[in-house]
Amino acid sequence: MMETIQTTTIDVAVIGAGAAGLSAAAVTAAAGRSTVVIDREGMTGGILRQCIHNGFGLRYFKEELTGPEFAQRMFVKARDAGARFQLDATVTELKKLEDGKLQLQVLSAKDGVQLIEARAVVLAMGCRERNRGNIATPGTRPAGVFTAGSAQKLLNIEGRLPGTSAVIVGSGDIGLIMARRLRWSGIEVKAVVEIMPYPSGLTRNIVQCLHDFNIPLWLEHSVVRIYGKDRVEGVDVAPLVNGMPDMEKKFHIDCDTLLFSVGLIPENELAVNAGVQLNPATGGAMVDANYETNVPGIFSAGNVLHVHDLVDFVAEEAARAAAMVLKRLDGEDAAATTQPATAGANLKYVVPNSFFPGRRTVFSFRPLIVTDNGLLTATLGGKEIWRKRVPFVRPAEMLTAELDGALLTGDGELVFKLEKEASHD
Amino acid sequence: MIKNLICINCPRGCHLTVDYSPETGACTVTGNHCPRGVSYATQEMTDPRRTVTAVVRTTSAALPLLPVRTAKEFPKPLIPKLLNYLYTLTVQPPLAMGDVVLPNAMDTGIDVIATEPLEG
Repeated sequence: MMETIQTTTIDVAVIGAGAAGLSAAAVTAAAGRSTVVIDREGMTGGILRQCIHNGFGLRYFKEELTGPEFAQRMFVKARDAGARFQLDATVTELKKLEDGKLQLQVLSAKDGVQLIEARAVVLAMGCRERNRGNIATPGTRPAGVFTAGSAQKLLNIEGRLPGTSAVIVGSGDIGLIMARRLRWSGIEVKAVVEIMPYPSGLTRNIVQCLHDFNIPLWLEHSVVRIYGKDRVEGVDVAPLVNGMPDMEKKFHIDCDTLLFSVGLIPENELAVNAGVQLNPATGGAMVDANYETNVPGIFSAGNVLHVHDLVDFVAEEAARAAAMVLKRLDGEDAAATTQPATAGANLKYVVPNSFFPGRRTVFSFRPLIVTDNGLLTATLGGKEIWRKRVPFVRPAEMLTAELDGALLTGDGELVFKLEKEASHD
Repeated sequence: MIKNLICINCPRGCHLTVDYSPETGACTVTGNHCPRGVSYATQEMTDPRRTVTAVVRTTSAALPLLPVRTAKEFPKPLIPKLLNYLYTLTVQPPLAMGDVVLPNAMDTGIDVIATEPLEG
């Protein structure tokens, strides 16, 4: 006898139970929409659970929290709003059915294969880490090479030490946080090596994670070779001249552990297979002002849409996206005309990639320059409609612009650009 | 004693030069663009504190490690001693988020609290 695969019908399926997924689910469930949050891990919270350090929530919860505390509060919000959770479950396929519904194939040890049919899907899968292969670091392939996040999981979730002496590649916040974590776990940190002329992480982390421990930060340097057969034995580091390593000036550092903190990649394989178009500048989906992708009913928010600097912004963005999901479920026509929004000078990208004329919209950007006197402007159809001074522009920090609906009327393309103003000092 | 610091109160990150006399307690700060730089430098020279986060062992198979933090910023010189002590601890469920795991750590009056629930 054939067993049929169990199919559940629901209003909203959220893929990923991290900050974005929990935040979105809290909004849709609170509005009375049946909501399920699916995650491949056994606990909610996503990557926040292993981020045991403080520094989260100042904006969203108005107090400083650790990652697990932020995660727990978001979970309680979603649970109390009535969201259901399906954990230890992996979404293996997402597709649009002929009747317009969205079908998720979910695989779990407990229930086998299940199908969920949803009227709307929120993509909230977050990111994975770039690794040694992504930046093509030469050398042998010994044990002891980790991404910063996997070393963080070893230490904070599994309670195992990754090694005894480490070099960290990349000065992003995860790498800096891990430098302190390693030192507080009795592991020596020999150096942090950064290819850019400025640190990628927040100043607070440079001070409290490196200066506090006298850990040297080599700016405009690169790891040019990894040594070791079974285990890492050391690395060569060389200064960069016009982007190329100067091998004459390379030096050696002995270490048994190498951590890579070299950026994040939105995890969008499911989305791509469902026909979602990606934005090459972000690695995330192209979305309109509703955070809706080109596949009607599929929305995206959080780090799977674009890499954020603060989890507070992730939670806020996901809540905005969920509010749009509700409008969609209430029958609002998503095919209403939208106008394009694009990133101009000194901005890597803008999210969302379009707007609805006359509707208040929050845009997010990544700057490409460092300045203490930035000016962010918006032009619509070639005419300036908005400007904001931004005192401290750093590529590590996201920029946002909130434009009133009254400003967003007129034909043409909305273009944002960032300029350096003359110094006011 | 002259020390260079970077102020972390805001993204500007002023590079401060501090002239501090441990005998008199006098602290002269230059390089700051606002008064917060002075209070930051004075605090760093006289009584530096940090929030300490760590994991402690548990008897729970479901959650073998429990994340914890100091309830307030903790004196920096005592951090290694605190961490060494925390790494010897084993806690038992149930604990709620915010429950005290170690009261009055190193006689500072500051508690160490759980930052995740440990269900029994």
